[in-house]
Amino acid sequence: MFLKFSLRSVFNGAGGGNDIQWCFSQVKGAVDDDVAEADIISTVEFNHSGELLATGDKGGRVVIFQQEQENKIQSHSRGEYNVYSTFQSHEPEFDYLKSLEIEEKINKIRWLPQKNAAQFLLSTNDKTIKLWKISERDKRPEGYNLKEEDGRYRDPTTVTTLRVPVFRPMDLMVEASPRRIFANAHTYHINSISINSDYETYLSADDLRINLWHLEITDRSFNIVDIKPANMEELTEVITAAEFHPNSCNTFVYSSSKGTIRLCDMRASALCDRHSKLFEEPEDPSNRSFFSEIISSISDVKFSHSGRYMMTRDYLSVKIWDLNMENRPVETYQVHEYLRSKLCSLYENDCIFDKFECCWNGSDSVVMTGSYNNFFRMFDRNTKRDITLEASRENNKPRTVLKPRKVCASGKRKKDEISVDSLDFNKKILHTAWHPKENIIAVATTNNLYIFQDKVN
Amino acid sequence: MSAEVPEGASAEEQKEMEDKVTSPEKAEEAKLKARYPHLGQKPGGSDFLRKRLQKGQKYFDSGDYNMAKAKMKNKQLPTAAPDKTEVTGDHIPTPQDLPQRKPSLVTSKLAG
Repeated sequence: MFLKFSLRSVFNGAGGGNDIQWCFSQVKGAVDDDVAEADIISTVEFNHSGELLATGDKGGRVVIFQQEQENKIQSHSRGEYNVYSTFQSHEPEFDYLKSLEIEEKINKIRWLPQKNAAQFLLSTNDKTIKLWKISERDKRPEGYNLKEEDGRYRDPTTVTTLRVPVFRPMDLMVEASPRRIFANAHTYHINSISINSDYETYLSADDLRINLWHLEITDRSFNIVDIKPANMEELTEVITAAEFHPNSCNTFVYSSSKGTIRLCDMRASALCDRHSKLFEEPEDPSNRSFFSEIISSISDVKFSHSGRYMMTRDYLSVKIWDLNMENRPVETYQVHEYLRSKLCSLYENDCIFDKFECCWNGSDSVVMTGSYNNFFRMFDRNTKRDITLEASRENNKPRTVLKPRKVCASGKRKKDEISVDSLDFNKKILHTAWHPKENIIAVATTNNLYIFQDKVN
Repeated sequence: MSAEVPEGASAEEQKEMEDKVTSPEKAEEAKLKARYPHLGQKPGGSDFLRKRLQKGQKYFDSGDYNMAKAKMKNKQLPTAAPDKTEVTGDHIPTPQDLPQRKPSLVTSKLAG
């Protein structure tokens, strides 16, 4: 009996493993099927401690949830996430000079590590990055001599005695204020922002260029990558994602629409147009088709927490690369291979251009990514087992274990399986996030945010 | 496994036919080319990329607009189809057609 208990705790500690049972915890957002465009969730990100969870939407709004700290003693479930702050980060703009409509959609949110009582995050739309400070106020000064409590000034001649103002508790107020606005540095559309491990600088990447900023300086940034050809007719590839290495402040990677990843070292030169490493999987030229390049385009790149590996997501698969090996990935996981025989219709309805993201769990043992029909997939790198789950309001009871889903590619469909032709391609899970320390995941459907956690006994 | 190959077919054509049978991706490509025979020679190349880079570009010709208004006089200008996001071709945008670009004054439903 004692031995069995200690074995189980080893499995749970690993953070992955086939013994994880995922349970529904919470769902946020409207129930109705008629989705307003502004409500489409465009990014999801936990902060470094996992206590805060931020979402951005197409309407330029940010909503931050906070995990409640009480009930940690109670082992039934971990704290719930409740709304902590919500604000309008970006607004729609029009660039009259270029006749360009600038969407307010939040493309990415990245948290800064916490240095003091306040929290800071970077949020970006296509053109402008903003540093937001989120601070709490739970005390206010009372007992001014020259002001009434409601703010009106007192007539000084009526003041007969002096008193010392004191701070008194008040209802918690969470305020968000924009502290820096980093604008006018991108001609093309920003797809990524990444904070350096020095916590002083960050990069922003658009289709053709990557810029380096200092968090304190808004009136200039350094261009560190520029792949714009002299003649735009010669354009063959664009930058799709970029990220700083989690530990080496001089290293960053960027992925391309042709399925390559370049690793650059900022110590080598000021302009990192020449990569230090080029990661590319060789392709069998006889397998090449019209779709090859499109489905090889990398939609997301993420370093492992350890910094030893990086993960890329292309249309059909997730690949894990060892930074020490450039010529091929060390692991490849098929997300939805059954879509290969549907590429023609996926091209016609534009789904082939959907940009799925991917994420690591805290111990780098499991990776997760989204798919269609509100399905999402997890791959355990150690056991090589994978699972398909669904984000649906049908499994609404807290602590209900999610039932694994299976898609039937062809042939006879078994009971409980879904055929490829029944998949809803409008229900896509593009954004997912994994708590940095615990088995809590946030999964965004079109306009709802689901929070799942592993079953705690 | 392979389909009937006519006499004198080149090795390349033969291989292409075999590929269609064995590779689902190539079969999908054949389907697409059958529907859109003029699809560009350089797939995934400049056309897609240029479209991606030009996202958000809006064009408005005040001359066209005023002339169309004058021509129509009292009649309504043709309105865009509700789902049309690109303003091209014969359609001339009017202030009524343009989507609202005010920021959302409504709080996100996630916070509800």
